[in-house]
Amino acid sequence: MPLLRAGFCRKDMTEKLHGFVEKLKERDASWVENVVDALGEVTVYVPREGILEACYFLRDEHEFDLLADLCGGDRGPEDDPRFEVNYHLFSTVHYQRLRLKVLLSEDDPTVDSVTDVWRTADWHERETYDLVGVKFKDHPDLRRILLPSDFDGHALRKDYPLRGYEPYSMN
Amino acid sequence: MGLENQVFESLPDVVTVKLDAVVNWARKSSLWPATFGLACCAIEMMNTVSARNDLSRFGAETFRASPRQADVMIVSGRVSRKMAPVLRRIYDQMPEPKWVISMGACATSGGVFDNYAIVQGVDKVVPVDVYVPGCPPRPEMLVHAIMMLQEKIMNESVKDRPDTFESESRESIVPGTLPVTEGTALERETEIEVAQNQAARPYTVPSRHERRRSS
Repeated sequence: MPLLRAGFCRKDMTEKLHGFVEKLKERDASWVENVVDALGEVTVYVPREGILEACYFLRDEHEFDLLADLCGGDRGPEDDPRFEVNYHLFSTVHYQRLRLKVLLSEDDPTVDSVTDVWRTADWHERETYDLVGVKFKDHPDLRRILLPSDFDGHALRKDYPLRGYEPYSMN
Repeated sequence: MGLENQVFESLPDVVTVKLDAVVNWARKSSLWPATFGLACCAIEMMNTVSARNDLSRFGAETFRASPRQADVMIVSGRVSRKMAPVLRRIYDQMPEPKWVISMGACATSGGVFDNYAIVQGVDKVVPVDVYVPGCPPRPEMLVHAIMMLQEKIMNESVKDRPDTFESESRESIVPGTLPVTEGTALERETEIEVAQNQAARPYTVPSRHERRRSS
């Protein structure tokens, strides 16, 4: 069972993934800001201007046909860029997982929606907007999905108080 | 030789009793809880009606899926802020007389969930008659709560719970009392502003039961 040996498995997988990163660079060098290879996973930092085109490119040319997850993160109010959006791509053809990461400043946490690339991004982006407050441009229906619609603030931001801004009242 | 024959022979044809005693006895002997399991307490609630604990010994085993057929709402579990208006609407849809049992630490006080998502006690949403502590309470404790509620019902008076006028009872189930969620938030600044621009619209109106308590 050689595939179960961790070292072999990781090295083999990241080699293939770095091939995709090279393809990205060949297509448009400005798409790849930084590449991090850790724990057998490859993360590509993409500027927000290029994320939509890069996603189309990876889906159409390299069979990354599944958006396994899309999530947001808050690095804390003192960090700049403060927010990040992670795209976990999966290719059912190559059986590879690639992560794209977009960093966003606090002043303008807006990024292009990838709902046109993968339909499943719809609810993921709504969740990210709901909890972290990242806005997705050209999203078909960007409103809260988990918290009640009259909720004040974004609950998973680091500076959001645990008990909310005000105590609950029925009306 | 049934029991009723002996009772019939030993009692006169006409018995004089207090109206309250008869009505309350009828009410307490067939409490129909509304199915309202919200979290792990609901597992214990199901256990309460199962063979081992057998809530039907106290006449309260008939859980109804429709609030319109229920007398008791057993709030079993934590109530999230998003669930609170739904819970209130279910309560409003129950016909009078109606009672509420707050089951478990979460429904009673928020429990360990002292955060933005959970209502800190269901008594902020509906009037509660019996609180059951525990995390979760044992089925015996819920049985005891039902028995306490039955005692409470026996001490009530029919005059306390007059029939609501039709218009008034209809008022409490007026549709559209849940928060409006439509449109995208991107077009406007935030959803909070949207909520402020809309006319203040209460989730619900206080039931007659509550008004009597607050006055």
